Amino acid sequence: MNTDPDNLVIVPRRHYGRLIGAALVLLALVAIVHAFVVGQIEWSYVGRFLTVRSIMEGLANTIVMAVLAMVLGLALGVLFAIMRLSANPVLSTTALGYIWFFRAIPVLLQLLLWYNLALVFPTIGIPGIASWKTVDVMTPFVAALLGLGIQQGAFTAEVVRAGLLSVDQGQYEAAQTLGMTRLQLLRRIIMPQAMRVIVPPVGNEFIGMVKLTSLASVVQFAEVLHSAQSIYYANSRVIELLLVAAFWYLIVVTILSLIQGRVEAYFERGVARSPGR
Amino acid sequence: MDIRLPSVGAVDADHLAPGAPLVLARNVQKQFGAVKVLKGIDLAVQKGEVLCIIGPSGSGKSTFLRCINQLERIDGGALFVSGERVGFRQVGNELHELDDKAIARQRRSIGMVFQRFNLFPHLTATQNIIEGPVQVLKQPAAQARERAHALLERVGLADKRDAYPSQLSGGQQQRVAIARSLAMQPELLLFDEPTSALDPELVAEVLLVMRDLALTGMTMIVVTHELGFARDVGHRVAFMDQGQIVEMGPSQTILTEPKEARTRAFIKAVRH
Repeated sequence: MNTDPDNLVIVPRRHYGRLIGAALVLLALVAIVHAFVVGQIEWSYVGRFLTVRSIMEGLANTIVMAVLAMVLGLALGVLFAIMRLSANPVLSTTALGYIWFFRAIPVLLQLLLWYNLALVFPTIGIPGIASWKTVDVMTPFVAALLGLGIQQGAFTAEVVRAGLLSVDQGQYEAAQTLGMTRLQLLRRIIMPQAMRVIVPPVGNEFIGMVKLTSLASVVQFAEVLHSAQSIYYANSRVIELLLVAAFWYLIVVTILSLIQGRVEAYFERGVARSPGR
Repeated sequence: MDIRLPSVGAVDADHLAPGAPLVLARNVQKQFGAVKVLKGIDLAVQKGEVLCIIGPSGSGKSTFLRCINQLERIDGGALFVSGERVGFRQVGNELHELDDKAIARQRRSIGMVFQRFNLFPHLTATQNIIEGPVQVLKQPAAQARERAHALLERVGLADKRDAYPSQLSGGQQQRVAIARSLAMQPELLLFDEPTSALDPELVAEVLLVMRDLALTGMTMIVVTHELGFARDVGHRVAFMDQGQIVEMGPSQTILTEPKEARTRAFIKAVRH
C-alpha cells in the first residue's frame, strides 16, 4: 500500500449521469426496433423491392438530378455572388433581384410553374431564328432541373458571397499589387480561400438537394420516391415501399457526407488548426 | 527600437543618377469623406534611391504609399511612375480613368510589402512567389520555380520552399513576401511598415534583407518607425505629419539635426 502523500493513485471521476443516460437511450432504441418488428410491416416486401428495376432507375434519376441541379446551382451561385459584390450597379442590382425572387417562391410552386410554362408560352425560341413547342422542350427532366437548379443558385449565391467576404482584404490587395486583374485574383487567390467557408454549407445544401428531388415527382419526374409510389399504387404496400425509398436516401446521403469530409480537408490545406479539433 | 546596421554610406539625392525621377508626386491630395488625409504631397524619388517616410500614425504616410500603386485613388494633383501618369490617361485637357486591365499593368512594375505580410495562405512559399510571374507575366512554371528558389535562398529561406505561411514565423513570412514582390522584377519596391507586426527579435532579419536589397540599387520607398534603418540605409528621410511633408532631406541631417520642432518631438518620442 502506497501512502506517500506526493505519490498517491489518481482515481478518475465517475460519470454516473452518462451511464444512466446511455441506459435510457438504449432502452428507447430497443422499444422502437421492437415496435417496428411486431408492427404491420411486411419486411420481406421491403427486401424484395429494394433493388427492383424501377427503384434502381428512380435512384439513378435522383442522383443524376441532384448532381446536375447542384452543378447548375453552384454555377449560378458563384456568378451571382460575384455580380452582387461588383462595383457595377447594374450587375449588383440584377443579382439582388435574382436572389430576392427565387428565394421567395416555394420550390414546389417553381417546379409547377416551369412544368406548366406551355400554358403561358406555347412556343419558345429566338424570334426569326428558331422556335420549338414548349411542351416538347419542358419535359419533366428539364422542368425539374430548372426549378431545382435556379432556386438553388439563389441560396448558393448567398453562401458564396459569405465565403468571398470572409477572405481578408489584404489578400485582395496583395493580389492586385502583383498586377492581377479582378477575375484573375478571384479565381486564383480569393475563391480557393473562400471555398473553406463555402464547402460545409454547400455540402449541407447538396444533401438537402438530394431530398428536394423528391418534390420533382409532382412534375412526373421518375425519381426514387416517384418509383416507389408507382409501385404501391399497384400493390398497396405503402409503408414497405416508402421504407425502400428511405433506405436509399440514407445510403446516398451517407456517401455524400463522407465525400464532403474529404473535400473540406482538401480546402483546409495551409490552415493551422489547434490539435483539439 | 534602434537596430544598428552596417551603413550603406551617406548618399544623398545629389549623388544619384541624374535624369527623370522614377517617382514624381506633385501636390497629391487624398481625402476619405470629409477628412483630408493628404494635403498636397510634393516628392521626387530617383532611380536607386531609398526614401524612408517617418511620422506619427494618421499622418498619411501609408495612404501616400498606397496611392503610388493605386490601392487608393488620388483626388487631386499628379503622380508619375517611370514618367507615366498613375491611374489616368491624359486626353487633351481631360484625365480619363484607366480601366481594370491598364491599372493592373501599371502595378506590375511596382512591388509592395505589407505590414501584415498578406501571403496567400493556401499556397506554399514557392507557390506564393511564382503566382505573379506565372499568372501575370506568363512565365513558364519551371523557370519561375527556379527563380523562386534562388530568391528564397537570397532571403535566407532555402529550406522553407514547401512550407505554408502558417508554418513560418512572422519574420520568415515577411521575407517570403519580399521574395514574392522581387519575383515580379519590379522597378520600385514599396514597404508599408514592414516590421511593425513583428516580434522584436524578428525585426533585424527583415531589415537585413531590406538593406541587402538597397545595396543592389533597388529603388525603395519605406514607411517605417525604424529610425536606425532610416539612418543607415535610407538616402533621404521625409517626415510627414497631418497629411503633409514637414521636412525632407538626407537621412543623417533629418534624424540628427532636424530643423522643425515637430520632427524633433517625433524623433525624441520614437527613440524613447
